[in-house]
Amino acid sequence: MTTEPTIFERSSPGRVGISWPAVDVPERPVSELLGPENLREELPLPEVSQVDVVRHYTHLSSVNYGVDTGFYPLGSCTMKYSPKVNEEIAALPGFSALHPYQDEETSQGILQVLYDVQRFLAEIGGMDAVTLQPAAGAQGEFTALMLFKRHHERVGEAHRRIVIVPDSSHGTNPATAARCGYEIVKVNSGPDGLADVSALSSELSGDVAAVMLTNPNTLGLFESRVTDMSRMIHDAGALLYCDGANMNAILGINRPGDMGFDAMHFNLHKTFSAPHGGGGPGSGPVAVKGFLERYLPVPTVGFEDGRYFLDYDRPESIGRVHSFYGNIGVIVKAYAYILNLGAEGLRSVSENAVLNANYLLSKIASAYDVPYGRRCMHEFVASALRYKDSGVRALDIAKRLMDYGFHPPTMYFPLIVPEALMIEPTETESIETLDAFAEAMLAIGREAQSQPELVHSAPHTAPVSRLDEAEAARRLELRWSDAGD
Amino acid sequence: MSYIPNTDADRRRMLDSIGADSVSELFEHIPEPYVLDRPLDIPGPLSEMELRRYAAELSGRNINLDNCACFLGAGIYDHYLPSTVPAVVGRSELYTSYTPYQPEVSQGNLQAIFEFQSLICQLTGMEVANASMYDGATALAEAALMASSITGRTEWLVSSCVHPAYRDTMRTYAWAAGCRLVESPRTGILTDLADVSDRVTDQTACVVIQNPNFFGAVETLAEAESVAHGNGALFVVCFDPISLGLLKPPGVFNADICVAEGQPLGIPPGYGGPLLGLFACKKEYVRQMPGRIVGATSDAAGRRAYALTLQTREQHIRRERATSNICTNEALNALAAAVYLSTLGKQGLRRVADLCVQKAHHAAEAISSLPGYELPFDVRFFKEFVVKTPKPVSGINQRLLAKNVIGGLDLEKFYPDLAGHMLLCVTENRTIEEIHLLAEVLSQ
Repeated sequence: MTTEPTIFERSSPGRVGISWPAVDVPERPVSELLGPENLREELPLPEVSQVDVVRHYTHLSSVNYGVDTGFYPLGSCTMKYSPKVNEEIAALPGFSALHPYQDEETSQGILQVLYDVQRFLAEIGGMDAVTLQPAAGAQGEFTALMLFKRHHERVGEAHRRIVIVPDSSHGTNPATAARCGYEIVKVNSGPDGLADVSALSSELSGDVAAVMLTNPNTLGLFESRVTDMSRMIHDAGALLYCDGANMNAILGINRPGDMGFDAMHFNLHKTFSAPHGGGGPGSGPVAVKGFLERYLPVPTVGFEDGRYFLDYDRPESIGRVHSFYGNIGVIVKAYAYILNLGAEGLRSVSENAVLNANYLLSKIASAYDVPYGRRCMHEFVASALRYKDSGVRALDIAKRLMDYGFHPPTMYFPLIVPEALMIEPTETESIETLDAFAEAMLAIGREAQSQPELVHSAPHTAPVSRLDEAEAARRLELRWSDAGD
Repeated sequence: MSYIPNTDADRRRMLDSIGADSVSELFEHIPEPYVLDRPLDIPGPLSEMELRRYAAELSGRNINLDNCACFLGAGIYDHYLPSTVPAVVGRSELYTSYTPYQPEVSQGNLQAIFEFQSLICQLTGMEVANASMYDGATALAEAALMASSITGRTEWLVSSCVHPAYRDTMRTYAWAAGCRLVESPRTGILTDLADVSDRVTDQTACVVIQNPNFFGAVETLAEAESVAHGNGALFVVCFDPISLGLLKPPGVFNADICVAEGQPLGIPPGYGGPLLGLFACKKEYVRQMPGRIVGATSDAAGRRAYALTLQTREQHIRRERATSNICTNEALNALAAAVYLSTLGKQGLRRVADLCVQKAHHAAEAISSLPGYELPFDVRFFKEFVVKTPKPVSGINQRLLAKNVIGGLDLEKFYPDLAGHMLLCVTENRTIEEIHLLAEVLSQ
């Protein structure tokens, strides 16, 4: 396969990709209107025809792997099938062609969507109030920690400067806490892969603002001692946060709010099927207990006297975290998904996600160690450590999976499992797909012993062979340049 | 429907393989009192047919910009969406993928993002750009945080001609990070540069100017730059990407960081989201830059290829020492912007900018000649301008709506001293007939 040249290399002077109407108003020299001193001299954009544009990006799409291409068991990312009807609904002009400052009387339909999603998420999370403003999970975490910070300020506990995270947490947790000015204390997981209650207990003090837990955690295990931890944490005056990245395991079965979590975020692009877009947009709404509601970002969406409205009347709010009201298009897709499934459907999502993960675990357990138990929730973390002696590492196995037609799992995360392969099949995969993937994993395990070089030099059939990622950091070529610099 | 392919028979086989009697057995480590003992209180299920009908009905309760003439801007713009954009963005190999951690099967997204970064550099005259932030407001807040980490200073000096919602967002971020937002008042609808000069201190991390500013007016960036750099602060510029078809880009003004709302570049207004935060800076600061960055490299066969790079800045590697907590961003909208800029190219972007300028000035002239209306501020403007109205703005907008016209922003909402002033926006999408209809209704 030849490498696709950049769009800049397709450029030829004078080509255009689209025509424009004539100026229909009396025309004046632009230098007169804007001032000659304000005008730019050059505009070095490419000049390509429309067919060039379409072929270029179509070719690029053909060397890209998405959920619609095949199985994508990227752990912690919930790469489930994104229903097409949701895309169509979100693209309806009555949702997509709305201006955020248009009159509320002309946007009652979209305001109802937002109001309903606030309610649905509160119900699913066992919480009292919701903000839809955060644009992604990490911003949801950030928003929630700010709510905690504001709460502690209000109750005269502003001195609390520590946030505790387990060693298995997502990187966004400590990064977010640091951004809020907190010091981070890491507690190690116990031998069972769960947060260590006694380790946590010894770190709790009057200086601790919050504990951030993911539940189920990143090993795919349910933190069954959350309620004990919640009591200890609250007794110490700290608050408990739930990273909701793994909600796909517990929809309609267990609610973080019922277990003592004070706030949580949802990833609508994971749990509620909005596509991941090659890295976004996502949406990271935050749900909170009643005592935090007053601090939520402005505006939220209210409903009174048969009318939906943007509620700015929140004097104790932390303020805004988004230019407008959040990633509405993603929220509309989640809305369609929730209505499409209903309560029973949501529950069966989690039942089947957990069943699929356990089935896959059972199929590959003979060739890969799963350090923390035979059973899991919606995902599990296998270790490729046993192949290290023959020179094959988790990275190699991931790359070799591409030759078998699969997207690799998440690698080297969580950090507490050596040579980790974090596998999340989701509920939208059939037993046949899971079997095929398991067979590939077993075959690669055999190859790792009989032909380690074959695995080590994979992928062999992907659009490009293995990349030198270190070279990218050395070269730091971060933009196209005709000078090649 | 749950989009679940497995049947009861499949599930039975799977349970046998696991060695479990029932699915509920798989949930038995959830303590009994915390297993929800009732169905969620959620409506549905709706079949695909019912769902579509319901969504059509609900969306029909909104008045959308496709069915009216929109003169409202203020951060979200009704620009023309070229047909190439939805065609490419709708390729599901691209939109159903995620962060390209596995470059060998993600060259499509990686190359598109590399090209996006390059296009943003060309547009802005900057040296490096990242693969997107959430929106204009958070891009600006991140720029200020980055300025603080570069300078070790904690004050963000911001013109009050910067979008009010952006300043609100910056205020939130500043509070969380222990920084302080200092807002400099305006003269009319321009930044008061003398005041900026007075307020800048040895604690100022950055001077932030929007150009064209929230009111559509063209600012004097050169002067702001010298105030910033003369005092050891970074110079941060927030721009309108369409305006750069004609206006001098931030790079020419020696901006250290520049950010923008990228929505005008082929992204639907979407009731304000998802948007696209553009973020570019000088190369010397690239290691402090937040967000994803794609770089060129080669594969084992020596072929040119692309990969995420400088990941040691990022949260999944650096954790609490990361430059930002951002993970998921707005990659698909960055792709849309790349397709938009490629489709328009050199000539097209100039053309769109020119259409905006011509039409906006024609509209301004037409309105200023109406009895009772005036353009009270003598400024250069791009596609937005401020009109003083003889009657309250809300009543005028009601009358416009009756004619299927969405009027301008009532500035009193953000600037109480500008009661009776309307911010109007005229993009290339507006025709002369629509402009004359606007003027006609205003004159009644």
